[in-house]
Amino acid sequence: MLPSDYTTSQLDVLEAEAIHIMREVAAEFERPCLLFSGGKDSIVMLRIAEKAFWPAPIPFPLMHVDTGHNFPEVIEFRDRRVAELGARLVVASVQASIDAGRVAEETGRRASRNRLQTTTLLDAIEEHEFDAVFGGARRDEEKARAKERVFSFRDDFGQWDPKNQRPELWNLYNARIRKGEHIRVFPLSNWTELDIWDYIRREKIEIPAIYFAHSRTVFERDGMLLADSEVVHRGDDEPTFETVVRYRTVGDMTCTGAVQSTAATIEEIIAEIAATRITERGATRADDRASEAAMEDRKKEGYF
Amino acid sequence: MDILRFATAGSVDDGKSTLIGRLLFDSKAIFEDQLEAVERTSRDRGTEYTDLSLLTDGLRAEREQGITIDVAYRYFATPRRKFIIADTPGHIQYTRNMVTGASTADLAIVLIDARKGVLEQSRRHAFLTSLLRVPHLVLAVNKMDLVDYSAERFEEIREEFTAFAAKLNIADLTFIPISALHGDNVVSRSENMPWYNGTSLLHHLENVHIASDRNLVDVRFPVQYVIRPQRATDHEFHDYRGYAGQVAGGVIKPGDEVMHLPSGLVTRVAAIDTFNGPVEEAFPPMSVTLRLADDIDISRGDMICRPNNRPQVAQDLQAMVCWMADGVKLAPRTKLVIKHTTRTARAMVRDLNYRLDVNTLHRDESAQSLGLNEIGRVSLRVTQPLFVDDYARNRLTGGFILIDESTNGTVGAGMITDAR
Repeated sequence: MLPSDYTTSQLDVLEAEAIHIMREVAAEFERPCLLFSGGKDSIVMLRIAEKAFWPAPIPFPLMHVDTGHNFPEVIEFRDRRVAELGARLVVASVQASIDAGRVAEETGRRASRNRLQTTTLLDAIEEHEFDAVFGGARRDEEKARAKERVFSFRDDFGQWDPKNQRPELWNLYNARIRKGEHIRVFPLSNWTELDIWDYIRREKIEIPAIYFAHSRTVFERDGMLLADSEVVHRGDDEPTFETVVRYRTVGDMTCTGAVQSTAATIEEIIAEIAATRITERGATRADDRASEAAMEDRKKEGYF
Repeated sequence: MDILRFATAGSVDDGKSTLIGRLLFDSKAIFEDQLEAVERTSRDRGTEYTDLSLLTDGLRAEREQGITIDVAYRYFATPRRKFIIADTPGHIQYTRNMVTGASTADLAIVLIDARKGVLEQSRRHAFLTSLLRVPHLVLAVNKMDLVDYSAERFEEIREEFTAFAAKLNIADLTFIPISALHGDNVVSRSENMPWYNGTSLLHHLENVHIASDRNLVDVRFPVQYVIRPQRATDHEFHDYRGYAGQVAGGVIKPGDEVMHLPSGLVTRVAAIDTFNGPVEEAFPPMSVTLRLADDIDISRGDMICRPNNRPQVAQDLQAMVCWMADGVKLAPRTKLVIKHTTRTARAMVRDLNYRLDVNTLHRDESAQSLGLNEIGRVSLRVTQPLFVDDYARNRLTGGFILIDESTNGTVGAGMITDAR
């Protein structure tokens, strides 16, 4: 029951805004879809979709861009959650893009399928004629994202033009596009990492086990701890060791680092995040370290 | 903990980025890796100090040109409040960004360089704050360290600005002397200005009363989406029909008598549903689903209100419009798409009453058109009725956007002043 002094907590305000955005998309687009990776942000986004349309089912399919290098725990979680909801899941496979000759596998020690995902994603959007694609990106994650609209226009080539964005006023979103163009929609734009965790705690939302502290065989590269796995090309000069870690973000195994942590509960994670002095992408994403504008460049090409 | 959304206006020269950098840094919202990246870039460029503006200028073109192109959103929190900053560029060509940032702001901070005093730009920012009805304005007189923390200088600026602000609609105006560079009066009270009796900027942001800024009087519920599960297997919801939307005004309770527009039919609220169960009241900004006692044909774009307190049902609007398009101008007979609450229609410009000089507030009644970043009073004819209030009464039912049908771009923002 809500209090009657008409105050609303920050999570209630953020949730109401995200629900409004989702309903706006369902009302104005023909073929939306929601990107669901099994990561915490997309899990929260999925819960908000459930809330926005209850008691009706979520009126659009989910899509996962599967690099084939995902954490098995996360794929298991993804499939279980999709089954619970009775939702339709579209899996866009990077391996299939490689097999079809659409993209070439990177070689060498730092080979990753992270960047290849963009082609797979754009191909899937075209194939399924999706006109709106929900993503879980937040503006606090990265400085290029801080400038992105909630309704972010993408041209025929799926590209983002940061210098030519549509102004966005009040809660009025411009959903008009031509055939072949699409809108990326970010209902969690105004959430911070801590808001996400507070919400997961409040709503008692299940998340994949790798977010909690566990013992894992890892090796160190560029100050990051990468999981030892057959999909990660580890050099002989990169010895493995076993330690207790958890993940702050969930992405491709080849470029997502673990952090040393003993946080085994949501409460402990929140305490750790509140005290941390490093951003989640800075701590755990090799892909953003390439250059100062790494994210901006990938986004322009059509990355999430 | 609630949320305060605030917009900051001013140019790099006014120390805006430094101020934001300081608020973020002192509230520990800047992380070590971000600071290291900024320090590295500052060093690479041969800058002697750590250029905190690099934190907010996110795009390659901005860093290369040393300018801020677009509204950037920043987040920080203190134990009292979560803050969302819409950081808007101060250059004249970016009026549209200020309007964008101010549209959702509870409060605006306009920065003034204590050495330069009230400039044309400061007046413009204050005017836009007033036009967008941002409920609270803070005039931060920055660089007080460079005027020897002079009480006289601060008073001069306060008097000059107060005289100007009298012509505007500013409900709550606060002056704070600060030095963003040294942190005076930003987070804590400065010892350098014992003559100043007010609070620090952060203290003001944490405590300014915003709960009364929403309209909790006039019930306005724009129907956004109709929820009809129709799951044959689920008998409980087979006949379910709910009207989903975000409350734009007033307090709605089960049992309340409500009116549907455009039909004018009256019914009662049977229940207010959410995923977490029914609630006993709904008010802004809650997103809920209403069930009504009677079967009425209701669709997206309709409005639910109280029988004795209705919005105007109007096809002729008078509005202040900020034009945001490059190239194309707004002129009589221009045809556009209008999006107002959840209703989209076509509109034609009947007349441009005047163009407003945002620096002098002079009304040019001979103006023939509005160009990029120009503001004027416009008469619009809409193809179907809209359910509107004066923008001054309710920002959500009084604001609209204009879309160019050929490019699909958002080309204008309007604030309704009169409707019939």
